[in-house]
Amino acid sequence: MAVSTRTDLHLARRRTTNFVMLGFCVLASIVALVMLGLVLYFLASQGLKHISPRLFTRLPNNIDIKQGGIAHSIFGTLTLLGIASLISLPLGILGGIYQVEARGRFAFAVRFLTDVLNGIPSIVIGIFVYAAYVYPLSQRNPGSGFSGYAGGLALGIMMIPLVMRTTEEILRLVPFSLREASLGLGATRWRTMWSIVLPVARGGVITGIMLALARVAGETAPLLFTILGNEYFPTKQANVLGAKVTVPAMNTAIDALPLRIFNYAVGPNLEQHDIAWAAALILIAMILIFSIAARYATRGGVLEEH
Amino acid sequence: MTDRPLQGSVRPKPQKVVAEAAAATEPQPGPARPAVRRVGDTVYGGLTFAASLSIFAIILWIAWKLTEQSLPTIRAYGFRFVTGTEWDEVKGVFGVWPFIFGTLYSSFIALVLAVPISLGAAIFLSELAPRWIRTPVTFLIELLAAIPSVIYGLWGIFILLPFLREKVMQPILNSPLPNLPGVSGMFQGYGVGPSMLAAGVILAIMIIPFITAVSRDILRAIPRAQREASYGMGATQWETIQRVVVPYAKSGIIGAVILGLGRAFGETMAVTMVIGNQTPSNPFALFEPGYTMSSALANKFTEASPGLHTAALIEVGLVLFVVAILVNIVARVLVFYTAKDIQGGR
Repeated sequence: MAVSTRTDLHLARRRTTNFVMLGFCVLASIVALVMLGLVLYFLASQGLKHISPRLFTRLPNNIDIKQGGIAHSIFGTLTLLGIASLISLPLGILGGIYQVEARGRFAFAVRFLTDVLNGIPSIVIGIFVYAAYVYPLSQRNPGSGFSGYAGGLALGIMMIPLVMRTTEEILRLVPFSLREASLGLGATRWRTMWSIVLPVARGGVITGIMLALARVAGETAPLLFTILGNEYFPTKQANVLGAKVTVPAMNTAIDALPLRIFNYAVGPNLEQHDIAWAAALILIAMILIFSIAARYATRGGVLEEH
Repeated sequence: MTDRPLQGSVRPKPQKVVAEAAAATEPQPGPARPAVRRVGDTVYGGLTFAASLSIFAIILWIAWKLTEQSLPTIRAYGFRFVTGTEWDEVKGVFGVWPFIFGTLYSSFIALVLAVPISLGAAIFLSELAPRWIRTPVTFLIELLAAIPSVIYGLWGIFILLPFLREKVMQPILNSPLPNLPGVSGMFQGYGVGPSMLAAGVILAIMIIPFITAVSRDILRAIPRAQREASYGMGATQWETIQRVVVPYAKSGIIGAVILGLGRAFGETMAVTMVIGNQTPSNPFALFEPGYTMSSALANKFTEASPGLHTAALIEVGLVLFVVAILVNIVARVLVFYTAKDIQGGR
């Protein structure tokens, strides 16, 4: 009898521990979800309350803030993403191809350093572009330096490892038998990559690019040191096919959506706080569009089941 | 979302031999063609190789430029720059220890809050949750990892700070807790909102999705047979998790936490927006404003004058760079070896 009671007690204790600890795990999940739900809830409710079409068409108005918009910030963010893509896509995709094709210590080192570069804080990239580009330029020619190019360079440097890593992961999913078939028919390696592997993986590569864009679109810290921000559309006169045209200027301080959110949020003006919430919603919508486009790009592809 | 350390190392065996065999048995082409194909493949190999070199180039370029531009303060202060406890632009004295301490302290608060919650959630998602819960929750967590830090900062200023002020700081300050011996330093201050505590909480909220996602991936990669063996011996579900699953994944989970720590170290915008940016009278005070390395950078930069002051700020960036590299290397190595172990055990 005594033995059986002790076993029962032991079993009861084990069952209780099991129950309590599993309960803790469920509770932890609920706490995490509630906190994160609160972030999304306030973002949606405050953002929807203050969003309006004028934000997309007008410039900031410092006399009647409620009549102002953030058109130049939205345009600035899109331009920065364009410049960043021009810098990072060729390097990222070619580098990703190298990491799939190459083996050995060097390829391993490249892969490892890609991850390390991915983990470097964005503010460090920002201060680097400041030290390497903005500061030297401004020393030579006061008033210059901060520019769309500098901001695009910072975001581009952040995108390179992201694109490289996803390209590599996707290309690795392409069945090796496809490559072997192509090589066996006498195709060269570049021809096999260009005509066989890349077309198969196209959706996946585009997904990687979209996710990288979504990731850098909201970066603020590097922009503090590179584009400075402003409240107007910088333009310049350009000569297009003999005609004088006014085009957006890149070689000067420009603005971007995340920077505008930051400046309005830390300022004292309540009406600017409202615009900051709406701008946050616009930024999130942009990021969501990139992410959804990423999902759409993979749909129906050969690699869908992965 | 983009950090998926497991995937990189779980890869098929090289197929080089097969490819080479295929190349060797192909029909001999005419005399003019080999040169052309050699050129094509050489250009292809060279281009892709050069592109992958850009990674080395960028890291070296960052290290070189940051060192070069911070030479004035490196020459003037040497190692005292890191240990100096006073930063005064007007007097021209630059010591970053208060900022380094702020970074460590806020990240520590964040880890204390985030690690139990993230691990609990990761265990729930990988071991307990049925599929209809797991899929949407995983999606939500990935979504939250995609929210930019400036938006967490915005939320922090207008939602978190009022909440902490009314529901946490004032009640604690009005309770006998601050008068207890030993902890009084932690509860100094007026508790108006912007504070070290707020920075720690916002960091915790930001790294929870990240640590959860990475540890869940690691837990799910553990072979089923391990769990089945444990259940077969009569272990309860928790005993299986505690004695089989978690020990198996231990170094990978530590790696995930260190990666989260790395993010907390470098996080700028959200922290800058809620920490208050003042040198605290007591570095341990939870309810007083403080500084971290990155928030000091973001905050002091706009009014920096060229010369020693700018150089000092760039050297703060250099310190952050070195710390980030070290943290990442340690974490990646841990995650890599766990993945390798799991591969081997299969």
